[in-house]
Amino acid sequence: MLNGVAVGCIYGLVALGFVLIYKAMELVNFAQGELMMLGAFTCYMLVVWYGFGYWVAFAAAVAAVGLFGAALDAVVLRRVLGQPQFAVVMLTIGLGAIFRSFASITWGSEIYTLPTPFSARTTRIGGITVSHEYLSIIVGTIVLCAVLYAFFTYTKVGVAMQAASQNQLAAYYMGIPVKLMGSLIWAIAAGVAAIAGVLLAPVSLIDTNLGFVGLKAFAAAVLGGFGSIPGALVGGLTIGLIELLSGTYLPQGFKDVAAYLVLLLVLAIRPQGMFGTAGRKKV
Amino acid sequence: MRFIFKTSYEQDLTLFGDRVQRNWYVALLVGLLGLPWLLPAYLTDLSLVLIYGLCGLSLMVLAGYTGLVSLGHAAFLGIGAYAHVYFVQDVGLPWIVAVALATALTAAAGVLVGSPALRMTGVYLTIATLAFALVIQEVFTRWDRVTHGLKGRPVDKPVIFGVSFATDAAFYFLCLGFLIGGLWLTRNLLRAPTGRAWVAIRDSEIAAQSMGVNLAVYKTMAFSYSAGLMGLAGALFAHKIGFLAPDIFGVLFSIQFLLMVVVGGLGSLHGAVFGAVFVALLPVVISQARDSVPAWIGAVVSVLGSGAGTAAFRTTDRLVKQPGLEPGIFGLILVLFILFEPLGIYGRWVKLKVYFSTFPLYKRATFKRQRAYMRSERLR
Repeated sequence: MLNGVAVGCIYGLVALGFVLIYKAMELVNFAQGELMMLGAFTCYMLVVWYGFGYWVAFAAAVAAVGLFGAALDAVVLRRVLGQPQFAVVMLTIGLGAIFRSFASITWGSEIYTLPTPFSARTTRIGGITVSHEYLSIIVGTIVLCAVLYAFFTYTKVGVAMQAASQNQLAAYYMGIPVKLMGSLIWAIAAGVAAIAGVLLAPVSLIDTNLGFVGLKAFAAAVLGGFGSIPGALVGGLTIGLIELLSGTYLPQGFKDVAAYLVLLLVLAIRPQGMFGTAGRKKV
Repeated sequence: MRFIFKTSYEQDLTLFGDRVQRNWYVALLVGLLGLPWLLPAYLTDLSLVLIYGLCGLSLMVLAGYTGLVSLGHAAFLGIGAYAHVYFVQDVGLPWIVAVALATALTAAAGVLVGSPALRMTGVYLTIATLAFALVIQEVFTRWDRVTHGLKGRPVDKPVIFGVSFATDAAFYFLCLGFLIGGLWLTRNLLRAPTGRAWVAIRDSEIAAQSMGVNLAVYKTMAFSYSAGLMGLAGALFAHKIGFLAPDIFGVLFSIQFLLMVVVGGLGSLHGAVFGAVFVALLPVVISQARDSVPAWIGAVVSVLGSGAGTAAFRTTDRLVKQPGLEPGIFGLILVLFILFEPLGIYGRWVKLKVYFSTFPLYKRATFKRQRAYMRSERLR
């Protein structure tokens, strides 16, 4: 059960990245999973090739991917704002393909395991044995959510970001540097993706297909309603648990597609998700 | 500049604008018919271009004309391919019947995906089709009796009415026939009320609805027509590759189809064909470049000294031999096209034509993109 929760946390984190970017710029970043992969690879490289400590490498990887996300926004994505959504979607798909290709050229197609301080250690909590790797994911998610919540509610920058994502024009008139806020949101979203990647790395192995976790995170984001931050986390947990249960109780093969089946079902029955708001475009 | 002076209403109904235009297309057709004798070495690549042309046509109707972006078209291709092979080889139906059945089956699958799609807009639909494609891929893997699962299943050469289309040239003509048929059908459909309704939906759903376009009917129709074309392409594709395995019909393949439509130019049938030529021939070009580019770079750098030349040769050689390079190049091209030429190859072609037809008076501002501000599509 706890494994499902842990995996669900990862989906939730990646979905959080989707939601942040969607709220800020109304674009869906199909390269979110690839950003996560880049985070995991960077951390691995720092730990194993250059011999840094785990925590240093963790922080450096998150900072590097965050900076990269901001640069991506400033250089590429800002140009297509206001273009039809289709163009933006295609752009992020293309970027994702480039990242994957870059990763396979730089780090090869081998499968790596990231050594962490949590590896192969367990704790007994109330009669159930919990491995530290899964525990680290859950604790990491809770801490990250608390930090993000505090950031968006109590700091000036966080409130400015909220304002910019609610109404760009009004925010601009109030003297908020909207473009900078967009880049910052991208940095945060990419950083969250990198954190998810590093946390996931000890559980699932690092290879160039790690980015496909992003596809399952779509299911989480849609389930929670695309514009809702708590929805993303709840959606992630739900998907994680559904996957675990379908692996246990349903015939073989359902585990891999359970997330997508749920996604299709949700879209067919309640397209706005659990926490989304429905309405029609006003003309 | 050439003006077409219309003197009767029948002129509005002709397939081609005027006699000059028609003659150009006839010349193109003659060229295509003669191609097997001109380029015998590239014949298999050429039939792939034609099959991709059908795929591009299919996605162009959906994405370019109706504005519904699908990331799951590889699944439709797969359904068509597997259905066709099953009908021909396991059930033993005649080839033509099998193709028709495969097309109909895929169109039905399109309706299945399309009808819930009515409630979704924009990105949700894209995600839904993506999920559908991933589920279908898993079905291909698990449904052993029909698809032979991960072992894959070999495909025989097509035999139609007792005539074998086993040679590359014969298969090329078969594909050419289907592509021309598809283009003709689609072109006429797009000029008819159906096509106009699709374009209206693309431009503004709400405006179309208030003018009396039944969104449900026309969106489903677009989906099933597009899926049907894809199924037809799938049947040909099965013969082309000669061996079906589930992992062919993955997400990357769907992305390739989208690349085709974007690079070719959204919203034009020419664009679908241009895109198909581009996407089908790019791997050929890349594989040729793999052999020659390191040598060139080595030769250029060796101006600095022979040691640097050899080192540059080795580095680039190692770089281009990496297996993961190709999707990256596809992605890069996609990004560059969206940033710098959103109208695609066809847009460039139109610009060139306008440049020459208005020769000294060409104004760059004619094609300048309107300044766009972020418009909220969030429903509020």
